Amino acid sequence: MSDVILSIKDLKVSYGGIEAVKGISFDVKQGEIVTLIGANGAGKSSTLRAIAGLVKPSGGSISFEGEDITAADPTEIVKRGVTLVPEGRRIFADLTVLENLKIGAYLRHDDLKDDIEWVYSLFPRLKERSWQPGGTLSGGEQQMLAVARALMSRPKLIMMDEPSLGLAPIIVRGIFDIIREIHRQGVTILLIEQNANMALQTADTGYVLETGRIGLSGTGAELLSNEDVKRAYLGS
Amino acid sequence: MSAVTLEKKSKKGSALAFLGVLAILALVIVLENTLNPNKNIIVFTALKKGAVYALVAASMNLLNGFTGLFSLGQAGFMLLGGYTFAILTIPVAERANVYYIFDGSAINFSLTEAMQNLFGGSGVGGAVGFVIGAIIALICAGLVAAFFAWLIGLPVLKLKSDYLAIATLGFAEIIRAIFQWEALGKITNGANALKNFPTLASFNITNSNGEIVLRLSTFVAFAVAAICIWLMVLLINSSYGRAFKAIREDEVAAEAMGINLAKHKRMSFIISSFFAGIGGALLAMFMNQVQAKTFTSTMTYEILLIVVLGGIGSISGSTIAAFLYMACSEWWLRFLDVPTSFKTAGGYWAFVIILALLAVGITALLVLRRRKAGARKFSEMWSACVLGVVILGYDIYYYVSATAKVPFLNSGFRMVVFSVIIMVVVLFFRKGLFGDKELSDVFRSIGRIKKAAPAKSEGGAAK
Repeated sequence: MSDVILSIKDLKVSYGGIEAVKGISFDVKQGEIVTLIGANGAGKSSTLRAIAGLVKPSGGSISFEGEDITAADPTEIVKRGVTLVPEGRRIFADLTVLENLKIGAYLRHDDLKDDIEWVYSLFPRLKERSWQPGGTLSGGEQQMLAVARALMSRPKLIMMDEPSLGLAPIIVRGIFDIIREIHRQGVTILLIEQNANMALQTADTGYVLETGRIGLSGTGAELLSNEDVKRAYLGS
Repeated sequence: MSAVTLEKKSKKGSALAFLGVLAILALVIVLENTLNPNKNIIVFTALKKGAVYALVAASMNLLNGFTGLFSLGQAGFMLLGGYTFAILTIPVAERANVYYIFDGSAINFSLTEAMQNLFGGSGVGGAVGFVIGAIIALICAGLVAAFFAWLIGLPVLKLKSDYLAIATLGFAEIIRAIFQWEALGKITNGANALKNFPTLASFNITNSNGEIVLRLSTFVAFAVAAICIWLMVLLINSSYGRAFKAIREDEVAAEAMGINLAKHKRMSFIISSFFAGIGGALLAMFMNQVQAKTFTSTMTYEILLIVVLGGIGSISGSTIAAFLYMACSEWWLRFLDVPTSFKTAGGYWAFVIILALLAVGITALLVLRRRKAGARKFSEMWSACVLGVVILGYDIYYYVSATAKVPFLNSGFRMVVFSVIIMVVVLFFRKGLFGDKELSDVFRSIGRIKKAAPAKSEGGAAK
């Protein structure tokens, strides 16, 4: 259970001359929860967007299961089993919960019944709201839907961009419970968070990003007790 | 509710919808053969035009409403379809006559004639050949429009919202100019109309004396529109349709789910144009001729208006709005164009009563609004009555004089009233008549209310 499935080498992302990610390297092992934490503008989201193929990196390489996916388009990347839960949930507001889930499985052509049952068992709330338009759900439910939708593609690696954004503390705890549950079911997770405390408690490995570079790295527990991290991100 | 029972329900729903459409088609045949077509020419004009516009509006909705691509090129694609159909089907013997300015046509071949000959010239075989030829020509009309959509889709679909609208509008104008170009006269007949090709009336079944046995012209327009709209509904309910809607809702999320944006946008654009091309061919068959100057941007705006009135993202809305629109503009409001509309005894009383009711209604409405705002004294409310008193005064004058002409009733006034009606509809139905709901959703919610009602009364009894 310790083989590397995602490997990032010297990744650089720039937007019209402004370099948001300035050469970062890290590995994600099979069955791990890895978290990237850092302040706004540290390059966390850009890293995920580059892995998902939504932006083309300006340098470096990304490989998944040993194969290079640096220049692949998003369709190809989702097909290989890497799915992004985008920042700010971005569910399809006018479509029903069920339609949202079906779009998550767009690239699959087999029977979806078992998977729909599976995500509904993970999120019983969504089952109750199956025929409601996504936009009528509460913020927490929308986040659940965003995660459920991503799970419908049967990803090997699910990447979450700030799943706790704008949610009440009790809901955030629920979301992290779900993240652990998904992890238990064998999905590798790459998590981006500003809520460093929750993220590091959940993660096996953590990386601290500072203005486009990796400042610190270690296991979740190590980083939690690191004085620099405490001062900068945990507020103590 | 499990997924299985819901699937069964939707199957039952589509079977009902299918039967409904068959019933409408049957009704059209019956109406056409029982009503005198010469006396009711306006009714059938409205129905045929309604069918054509329902098809075109649905095709525009597929792109604008379901994929969220704001395109204004519809008239251009209709033009391509109309011309393709005409060029492919004008009988060889008629070509010299039609293209007399350009000394005959460059294409001396007619699809319908070729098929008629293939199936035995005249009689039943000829009729079958004719229908097959017409169907092939219709499909070709769609394909030519689709080909041009593919061609311009590559560069144009990179644009967003208003920029895409301007680019497609420009394309439609360019196409219109090209088809009027003298140098292409051998094919397009320049700025002159193409005519003598098979029209909707050509589908009426005649006996050997040339008398009409069975009228099918309105039915043909309805059948073609119904089949095309049915295909579009199938597409929208498929996983491709879901992908289109996902792109409309949120491009970034759609891309993150692995939906190839460029590919699906182009697909939607091409399919929409395909059906617009067929719609254009149908319009040419309805008008008995095709001329580039009729396919102006005004036509696109008319279609856009139907889409907006019906509801952006609702095929049922587009279809029903197309018929309502055509009925209003061609039929129900015609009386407003005729100064003598209210000169008959019944019309006279109708006008007097309607005007009196209008005066009372407007006054009541305005007074109520003032009262709601807190006005109680007469001095605060009298101004609300002025409009009603003026209308009532005119009504009494009209009643007393009896010979007074109704002002405004003159050719063109119909369109003024029509515009006001449209404005009122848009004000009261912000999202169009149907919003993004379909007829089936409306029925379903009515069913739910019916089911919920007894449950509520039980709850009340328990208290």
